[in-house]
Amino acid sequence: MADMTREETEALIQEVLEVYPEKAKKDRAKHLAVNDQSLEKANKCITSNRKSLPGVMTIRGCAYAGSKGVVWGPIKDMIHISHGPVGCGQYSRAGRRNYYVGTTGVNTFGTMNFTSDFTEKDIVFGGDKKLAKIIDEIEVLFPLNKGISIQSECPIGLIGDDIEAVSKVKAKEHEKTIVPVRCEGFRGVSQSLGHHIANDAIRDWVLENRDGDDSFPTTPYDVAVIGDYNIGGDAWASRTLLEEMGLRVVAQWSGDGTIAEIEKTPKVKLNLIHCYRSMNYIARHMEEKYSIPWIEYNFFGPTKIAESLRKIAAHFDETIQAGAERVIERYKAEYDAVIAKYRPRLEGKRVMLYVGGLRPRHVIGAYEDLGMEVVGTGYEFAHNDDYDRTIKEMGNATLLYDDVTGYEFEEFVKRVQPDLIGSGIKEKYIFQKMGVPFRQMHSWDYSGPYHGYDGFAIFARDMDMTINNPCWKNIKAPWKTQAASEAVKAVA
Amino acid sequence: MPSVMLRRREDGKLLFYIAKKDLEETIESIEFDSADKWGGEVVLGDGSRYYFELLAEPPKIPTTLQAKRL
Repeated sequence: MADMTREETEALIQEVLEVYPEKAKKDRAKHLAVNDQSLEKANKCITSNRKSLPGVMTIRGCAYAGSKGVVWGPIKDMIHISHGPVGCGQYSRAGRRNYYVGTTGVNTFGTMNFTSDFTEKDIVFGGDKKLAKIIDEIEVLFPLNKGISIQSECPIGLIGDDIEAVSKVKAKEHEKTIVPVRCEGFRGVSQSLGHHIANDAIRDWVLENRDGDDSFPTTPYDVAVIGDYNIGGDAWASRTLLEEMGLRVVAQWSGDGTIAEIEKTPKVKLNLIHCYRSMNYIARHMEEKYSIPWIEYNFFGPTKIAESLRKIAAHFDETIQAGAERVIERYKAEYDAVIAKYRPRLEGKRVMLYVGGLRPRHVIGAYEDLGMEVVGTGYEFAHNDDYDRTIKEMGNATLLYDDVTGYEFEEFVKRVQPDLIGSGIKEKYIFQKMGVPFRQMHSWDYSGPYHGYDGFAIFARDMDMTINNPCWKNIKAPWKTQAASEAVKAVA
Repeated sequence: MPSVMLRRREDGKLLFYIAKKDLEETIESIEFDSADKWGGEVVLGDGSRYYFELLAEPPKIPTTLQAKRL
């Protein structure tokens, strides 16, 4: 299908909204928009970060998912207790593929599930005693842990447990960092508030631990990578580029990160933010308290990588600037070969995205490097500032959808007919059964890394093997194809 | 009285950020901005207006200040 004009896209939105009752229609209309690059501010065309409507199929998560699953979970040498009933921790265990180095169960605990397994008794009589007991048990069973975080599930807030008091007592007793996080699932409208709560907990309980301690030797080239969760090894692919240009990466937040790295972050010279949505709060705090500037960067696709490396280098002296050019030059042959191989196979293909965090805008550059076009994008839990940044990246008259419902997404796909969809696991099988190639873009469909030059090669290969997979030719039953029905007629 | 985070953008403009309201706007004009007096009424990029208590000297940016909505 050819590109849609502004009027056609607007008509499509109106048509999709038609099935809703009056009130729901009015509400959903604010979340769907046609992109207009001339706009400075997104709040003129799209509303975001609002409560989902009851009755629609939303794809959002909860505050606990934002805190335990995203921000705290990847910190590998801490134990994160899912405090409450057993399900929240168990069903989110190890699903995000935050890779790390270490011996699980001995000095790292990333893929394990620690829970206080609330039962009726704990709800009635309170769970503080149980929490104190499991902290003691953890100290006996896993003595090499470097700290504990308590990730509240919904009942903790509802029954009014005082996890802060337990944390303070036990932190003193065991001489460890114990962080209570008030990230009960019911807080806020999506996982986004969980990110904010988790950032605030780091600020209040961890970040200032080494204030006034200058024993850590610093260099003028210290940076921290913030908001890279090392999905499939992303942070490693990013880190090598930064180190190659002469910077010293002191901390990784929080993929393959440790609590010691977090405590050392206030000593760095520049904070590099990849996932703006989940970690901008702590970057803003560090800018204010420790005068550390922060910048956003984008390591998807060679165009954006080169742009970002130069932007980062501009904050340092000539040696780093020369280093950035050297890195870009060194990988040029490699990524040119990737583009030469895959671009002819992917040229002109159209993509629709619906993910969270930074990906709906950050991966656009990588698709464009492969000659593909993103014709629709949307966020699960973005705020206005994310859409401000998205408007410039997307083409004119493309679709923007905030907190899209299952129904809307399917209808958009039926009409826009993209060659590829990038979204989550819940959407994957619906669209595959509709015959549309699909990549699960939350954790790179069990592949990755996608960041950096090394990641770009994998990204290009994955997109090619999905779109050009021969299975899509067989999606229609053989007896229902044109040729088959003619053959039947001929016999008759 | 929301807490407002003030920071300077790369192009030198002041950014006015209220985390709770998800509001990030540039400051277009500020009533008093001299070495011995800072604050008063500010006008944001979207046209809304806030009021900062008067300070005896410009604050060290970035910082968090209380502002009143007008």
